Amino acid sequence: MNQLAQLGRGALGKLAAFGRSGIILGHVLVAKPQPRTMLPLLLQQIYFVGVLSLIIIVVSGLFIGMVLGLQGYTILVDYGSEQAVGQMVALSLVRELAPVVTALLFAGRAGSALTAEIGLMKATEQLSSLEMIGVDPLRRIIAPRFWAGFYCLPVLAAIFSVVGVYGGALVGVDWLGIYEGSFWANMQHSVDFFDDVLNGLFKAVVFGFVVTWIAVFQGYDCIPTSEGISQATTRTVVLSSLAVLALDFVLTALMFGDF
Amino acid sequence: MKPFEDVIIDIQGLSFARSGRPIFRDVNIQIPRGKITAIMGPSGTGKTTLLKLIGGQLKPAKGSIVMDGQNIPRLGRRELFEIRERMGMLFQSGALFTDMSVYENVAFPLRVHTDLPEQMIRDIVLMKLNAVGLRGAKDLMPSELSGGMARRVALARAIALDPDLVMYDEPFTGQDPIAMGVLVNLIRRLNEALGHTSIIVSHDIQETLGIADYIYLIADGEVVAQGTPQELKEVDSAKVKQFMQGLPDGPVPFHFPAAEYVDELMQEARS
Ligand SMILES: Nc1ncnc2c1ncn2[C@@H]1O[C@H](COP(=O)(O)OP(=O)(O)O)[C@@H](O)[C@H]1O
Ligand SMILES: [Mg+2]
Repeated sequence: MNQLAQLGRGALGKLAAFGRSGIILGHVLVAKPQPRTMLPLLLQQIYFVGVLSLIIIVVSGLFIGMVLGLQGYTILVDYGSEQAVGQMVALSLVRELAPVVTALLFAGRAGSALTAEIGLMKATEQLSSLEMIGVDPLRRIIAPRFWAGFYCLPVLAAIFSVVGVYGGALVGVDWLGIYEGSFWANMQHSVDFFDDVLNGLFKAVVFGFVVTWIAVFQGYDCIPTSEGISQATTRTVVLSSLAVLALDFVLTALMFGDF
Repeated sequence: MKPFEDVIIDIQGLSFARSGRPIFRDVNIQIPRGKITAIMGPSGTGKTTLLKLIGGQLKPAKGSIVMDGQNIPRLGRRELFEIRERMGMLFQSGALFTDMSVYENVAFPLRVHTDLPEQMIRDIVLMKLNAVGLRGAKDLMPSELSGGMARRVALARAIALDPDLVMYDEPFTGQDPIAMGVLVNLIRRLNEALGHTSIIVSHDIQETLGIADYIYLIADGEVVAQGTPQELKEVDSAKVKQFMQGLPDGPVPFHFPAAEYVDELMQEARS
């Protein structure tokens, strides 16, 4: 009975946290835009969240593209259809790997940093201080960070795709000697703008929304001690990774599952 | 019971609990306008909590906190942010914005709430920094300041908008003797020159007795004594005497509420 009660309390706690995160999201989404003060803050956050994530995204994209090229070649060469490597690399990247891997890396690189930064602001009473000055921290601190993450992730995913395809071509064409013309032609022929590119982009938009939401909420809602901040940072990475992988399955089923 | 002619903050029947533990039980406090009122009491009694209740950052379970006719716990988000423009709060840790220089920290409230030209903002910021003796530190970042300096910058920021009410949370802790003297004078002088109302939360008895016009002594979730410094020195109550003379044992427990020490030790021994 006691365990049942504990289970119930745990579930209620989770539900309450979910409710609080909804309230925060609501405030961020409905806040009246104030371009004059918000734009510089947003640009600054886009720099921190997006531009500083570029290196890890580009390097990962390049290597994953190269690995795909190599694996694809070793499989397809047995069937004599190695010129399909381009198609395989591009489709796996655009549909799956770019949005998913970018979102996972983004959660680790930018999401955790957002949580830690906001949590530390809470612990050092900077958020309270803003409130007492008459500035809503949800608008001033949370909103620009949320929007920056939301805008940046799709762009990063697109960059990931482009760099990955380049990596695939590097291995497939330049190293393994697939005929360049058929490599690119196959790719262009098989990748559909609406079915593949837009669907992949849509995934990235959803992931950007969810990962950044989790990150800013965990920071804002953390227990304001060093221990609390470290727990919140861990939760950000774990929860966003799980959310991304689960959502990816759901979205893939919805987009490509109509057999 | 209204001992003052003009009250800026009127707290009636305030009750507040934290994680089930009552912090305030049916407390009445009036803050006289234009005066320096001290809230004293052992640490952990809820002095910081009281300031946050006045600032509307926490909501009481019961009771009213009225500032000039507006009941703060009942205000909507927007009205609350409006009324806070008339309050300045000096946090225990200073709470400077770590990504801004000292200058920008003090300028922040001005930039947010006024449309003053940059030249005027500059004049005001330098004036406020000069008042706390840190004009020379204007280009430093908060991480380059000592704890005491950070607190003084935070004070400059708290008074940047010339608020009607300034709340100081433990302004004296962590100040060296010189800065302490300066700060005591400063709070007094600012209060007189700017005509605002000050609430000082402190457990530094001597300094507080020196500048307060009126003192509330809280312990165990209640106001145990109130009066002018002179009146308080003469109160004939064990609780008050214990606190005013800084004795660890007496009616006010030094310990956080706990099971009997012996019982707890025995329990550990048994298990
Ligand atoms: N965020 C919080 N959550 C739960 N309890 C708290 C929190 N902050 C303070 N408390 C508790 O409230 C009581 C009053 O705290 P506080 O107002 O900071 O005391 P003071 O400022 O008088 O030293 C303390 O016993 C403390 O344990
Ligand atoms: Mg305190």
